[in-house]
Amino acid sequence: MNNTSLSVLPPMPHPTPTTEPFWQGLAQEKLMLQQCGDCNQWVFYPRTHCSHCLSPNLEWQQVSGEGEIYSFTIARRPTAPPFAGMEPQYIAVVQLQEGVRMNTIIANATESDLKVGVKVKPCFVHTPDAQTLLYFELT
Amino acid sequence: MGLKGEAAIVGVADYKNERKYTGPRHFFTEQFADLTHRALVDAGLNKSDLDGICCTAIREANMFAPATLAEYLGLKVNFAEIVDLGGATPVGMIWRAAAAIEMGICQAVICAIPARPIPSNPIPSPTADDLRFYGSTSANWGSPQAEFDVPYGNVAQNSGYAMIAQRYAALHGYDERALAKIAADQRTNAQANPNAAFYGKPASIDDVLASPVIADPLHILEIVMPCAGGGAVLVVDKALAAKSKNRPAYITGCGERLESKSMTYQDDITRTPVGPASQSAFAMAGKKPADIDVVEPYDCYTITVLLTLEDSGFCAKGEGMKFVNEHDLTYNGDFPVNTHGGQLGAGQAGLAGGMSQVIEGARQIMGKADDRQLTRCDTALVTGTGGIMSEQSAIILEGG
Repeated sequence: MNNTSLSVLPPMPHPTPTTEPFWQGLAQEKLMLQQCGDCNQWVFYPRTHCSHCLSPNLEWQQVSGEGEIYSFTIARRPTAPPFAGMEPQYIAVVQLQEGVRMNTIIANATESDLKVGVKVKPCFVHTPDAQTLLYFELT
Repeated sequence: MGLKGEAAIVGVADYKNERKYTGPRHFFTEQFADLTHRALVDAGLNKSDLDGICCTAIREANMFAPATLAEYLGLKVNFAEIVDLGGATPVGMIWRAAAAIEMGICQAVICAIPARPIPSNPIPSPTADDLRFYGSTSANWGSPQAEFDVPYGNVAQNSGYAMIAQRYAALHGYDERALAKIAADQRTNAQANPNAAFYGKPASIDDVLASPVIADPLHILEIVMPCAGGGAVLVVDKALAAKSKNRPAYITGCGERLESKSMTYQDDITRTPVGPASQSAFAMAGKKPADIDVVEPYDCYTITVLLTLEDSGFCAKGEGMKFVNEHDLTYNGDFPVNTHGGQLGAGQAGLAGGMSQVIEGARQIMGKADDRQLTRCDTALVTGTGGIMSEQSAIILEGG
């Protein structure tokens, strides 16, 4: 289904000073991730300190966003009242090739497309609120 | 190191689970006092014996819950604790109480969780009520979940547990009848528990599979039913245990493990934190899974029970479905699980839902489980699960 038209508007993220570069990147259709300058590991969600070694030396890097579906579900009842009208919701956790995982929605797909391990790429969804959400679609 | 097994559960109390509570409404302070009174009566002990309190957040006070409750009950205590581990809270309360008693700082700790509705507020606070539908997910500004879970709809519990089940299915296959059998066997157990929300309403495997799918692959009868209720457990030292009128259920092992808030960031969502928690409990008690007479695993969903049986060592990873098919999980069966019906069969009274598992484990050891009493029960494993299997606790109970 094409679930990027957003006839129902989901609750929008409210960026913080720490997470702002991530959301600004999405607005420009770039996926920005933090990488630790000390242990070189990738960090998501954005933080002030590395979730692997607690170093404060995190640097923003642009990544391709290629990854795969780690798991998914098809929510046939709205997961909360603000999502009423969006069902069935194709909710997924995607694992990027950098190893980090993130919540998302799989766009432009049918039910049978949803499988663990399927390759996906970013799909930037610009909302009427001038926010950009990071959905994914099959490659 | 660890618990020496010198603290015991000697009294329990619980409210009947009711999907639509119509009785008189009382504040959490009042329910806490009532549950404490009932647990003391059950144990045959007195208020003057109490010198410890363990609670959850209460509706009447955003801070200072232990002080608010202790003052209301007229208690002066040497141990005042609040536990905030979601569904792992009740099991977490019990081992903390046991540890405090073994340290010698207190002799009797009441652990109670009210979960009946409170009186209607004439000055309602809209924000608190508006956000309740996000369940365990925090939508507060600055919370990572508000920013990275909520906008994508991965909120509350169903979608997270569904994704755990989907990944498990991709790795190990998925026998939906085995998962449904967990719910059906526990529903059979609930038929011997008049306090269960589904008492008088048995359900078969086919009934479970015929119920609507909420989030693939979870059917609604594989998901707990919210209800009103409440529970309390009295933990005491050896001297008081000897004075109690019940057979003591000694807490001989415990463990706890917290790995994340969202399931999204768990190392492997099919290997759950109850593994290390149960291993710690078994090692401390000097027991192995085969020594356990009854398992009372936290059961917010059928997949929770399956993974708890695997990760606690009753069968190997990926063998859970076969294990469930080969065993009768009812109180008459060869591997009794959640003999009171569990929360799937008896209902989930908020945070007190997990207390029902502690209470049932203790009742089976006390020999007070009525029509569902096992012929022999000297050891119980009780587990608690908070969030999306993000935090889990385990205790082993042994009859004195």
